Amino acid sequence: MNGLFSELFISSLVSGGVIAGIPLIYAGLGEAISERAGVLNVGLEGMMLGGAYGGFVGALHFQSTWFGLMCGGLTGMVISLLMVVLCVRLNSNQIVVGIAITLGAEGVTALLHGAIYGDSYPRVPTAHPYAIPLLSEIPIIGPGFFNHHVSAYFAVACVFFVSWVLKSTGIGLSIKAAGDQPHALEAAGGGVHRTRTIAVLSTGLLAGLGGAFIVLVGAGLFVPFVTNGKGFIAIVLAMLVRGRVKWIIVASVLFGMSLSLTTALQLAGVDVPIDLVLMLPFVLIIVVLFAFGRRSYLPAALALPYDREQR
Amino acid sequence: MVLASEITPTVELIGITKAYPGVVANSDIHLTLLPGEVHSLLGENGAGKSTLIGILSGMVQPDAGEIRINGKTVRIHSPRDALERGIGTVYQHSLLVPTLTVLDNLLLGVDQGWKLGREMAMARLHELATLLDVEIDPSSIVGDLALGQRQQVEIVRALWRGEGVLILDEPTSMLTPQGAEKLVQVVRRLVSKGLAVVFITHKLSEALDLGDRVTVLRRGKIVGEVTPDELHNKSRLQVTDEVLKMIFGEKSDASQGTSATQLSDTAGETFRVDHVSVKGDGPHPVLDEVSFALKRGEILGIAGIDGNGQKELAEVLAGQRRVDNGEIILEDLSIQHLSIAARQAKGLRYVTDDRHGEGMVGPLSIALNVVLKRVGEAPFWRWSFVRHGAIREFARKLINDHDVRTPHEEVAISTLSGGNMQKVILARELALAPQVVVYNKPTYGLDARTTAIVLARIADQARAGVTTVFISTELSEIVAICHRVAVMYRGQLSEPISVRPGIELQLGALMTGSTAV
Repeated sequence: MNGLFSELFISSLVSGGVIAGIPLIYAGLGEAISERAGVLNVGLEGMMLGGAYGGFVGALHFQSTWFGLMCGGLTGMVISLLMVVLCVRLNSNQIVVGIAITLGAEGVTALLHGAIYGDSYPRVPTAHPYAIPLLSEIPIIGPGFFNHHVSAYFAVACVFFVSWVLKSTGIGLSIKAAGDQPHALEAAGGGVHRTRTIAVLSTGLLAGLGGAFIVLVGAGLFVPFVTNGKGFIAIVLAMLVRGRVKWIIVASVLFGMSLSLTTALQLAGVDVPIDLVLMLPFVLIIVVLFAFGRRSYLPAALALPYDREQR
Repeated sequence: MVLASEITPTVELIGITKAYPGVVANSDIHLTLLPGEVHSLLGENGAGKSTLIGILSGMVQPDAGEIRINGKTVRIHSPRDALERGIGTVYQHSLLVPTLTVLDNLLLGVDQGWKLGREMAMARLHELATLLDVEIDPSSIVGDLALGQRQQVEIVRALWRGEGVLILDEPTSMLTPQGAEKLVQVVRRLVSKGLAVVFITHKLSEALDLGDRVTVLRRGKIVGEVTPDELHNKSRLQVTDEVLKMIFGEKSDASQGTSATQLSDTAGETFRVDHVSVKGDGPHPVLDEVSFALKRGEILGIAGIDGNGQKELAEVLAGQRRVDNGEIILEDLSIQHLSIAARQAKGLRYVTDDRHGEGMVGPLSIALNVVLKRVGEAPFWRWSFVRHGAIREFARKLINDHDVRTPHEEVAISTLSGGNMQKVILARELALAPQVVVYNKPTYGLDARTTAIVLARIADQARAGVTTVFISTELSEIVAICHRVAVMYRGQLSEPISVRPGIELQLGALMTGSTAV
């Protein structure tokens, strides 16, 4: 078992953990915003998948990782518009619509990909990493943490930005109120529907970015179902951090590491059945839910449609 | 004194009408609010007060009618609209976000800009706190504040964007006597500065104490008004009598007492609670060796300040909570290990204080709610199929017998007013000839008339031989209908004593623990 402590194993675990963790940061952050505003966005996986495909097409077309990411974010936002219309404006059941969005996105992206790129499986342009000076020179873990595409650092910046918005801005205040006591927001003259719309659109944007990151920075190509349940993991993460968004970074990287364990183990020459390792993140989710799930903080009005004249 | 017609009214409502499916909540309402005047709106539950406030505050859109503010016709599209026109409302149920600070709650909805203007808000808070003559700490979390303080925050918020009209919806219902006193001071201060205050209540004495003018609503209509002149010149008794007639129609029977009847000495013991203890989570047991024994047809009142174990006792008796020690005996049979359903089958019924939660399933119809505890029983079910006809017929009978005000038995029970909901729940529990009924605060939140009806029904049942445990925080109710009374204090129950006039003082001492239990 000496392989488990080799430099190669650790640095590939860290590096892979970050690559796998960044999409979770994007999506988890998005979900956290929605949930604070009182919208349980079960369609997160679908928005990620849509973003992944949109990002893939954009990157191929413009031959640029950045344009790809933008297209991915936009696609996620367009899909979330569906959620806005159905759940926020028309007060449909959030869970049903969310599941429909996920299933729909799985079908549509697989179909489009099969019809257009099914024979060729084209690769997107390589996303070049940017090594942060000094930090990336820390031995063993430095390169793993600090030698990535700029969009990875951007994800972390987004977390801090959202954390500030929630704490110090009017819209942040409205978001928290919309989730905890929407009637109070309305009585104070704020708009519950408007606030939730903004929140859900942000979720779509961030989930789309996360999905695009998987394809453009992680995998390098699109395959159907490429998100592979990451959207659902992100939903759980958002619930577990109990509204403290900065913790999403830590949780995401930890889960990312468990996701990337397979590769790291292979590199280290340890022979463990792959299926067992692939199971790990989901086993981890169940274990974590057992340990902390009861204490998870959820806004009082989560998943409840808002109707002004009804109390 | 200035004549009312010489002043421009702050707000005029002209012919306001609003109908909901099956109910006309407001019908052709004309109401004038004058600056510098407290206007009391009085009415029973379901008289249409809430709808009227909803319309004024922009939460509800009227079907017809006109609203004038300072003489100009306007439409109030949203709560924001109302606030900007200087109409602020303090709702009966707190509409603050408990997880945010006072300052953030005040900023909510006001400041839609990018960066919060916390400094300016501090200044405005200071200004309004001075106007109200109260002290408010801007950085405390609202959930930690006492209810009186929360209400002051709500008043500040209602006036945040302009001081024109302040609407107070049942503002004293959650307050301590000291808190209510402070509120009266605040209101007096505000009208002296020229605001118009609307004071909504179902308590007659408050309406007369605080109001300069009193308007009475009944079944969605204005049925009478007491002008400031009348309030000044007539005696209090005279005014009270007139207003009672307006509220209840000509036959006013609300104030009639229902004192307990004599128990026959031969009545046998039927219900006994023997050294019942429940440990609970805290260091002290929630129930500590509670014992009492009741004869057939006896009403035992259980008094006490909320949270001294009354709820736990009720749940233990009903079977919703496990007994750690002791025995509950019904007709010589030990029942403390029986399930809720088995206890019900033995004739033990429980009327919960949690009307909206445990008492009913809000979105379901009245008809389904009355058979909620009888799922699978004939004649409402046959071969496990629901027989809607039988259920509806049964519900119609109960609605008739118990005078429930509803268009029909198929409406969702949550659309009823609190009093009518309680009538339905009582009807359900009393329908199956009970042996023992446990009531936990059965009159909570009800208006005077419904309270009287509920108390009378409980006394009637006892006369017919039902043994009753009556848990209440209202001493007057206990004195009115109970044979004996015991006091709960920190999980212990005092020795039951016979009810006699003037017992309140002794009970009060027991309730606060100032005498040995």
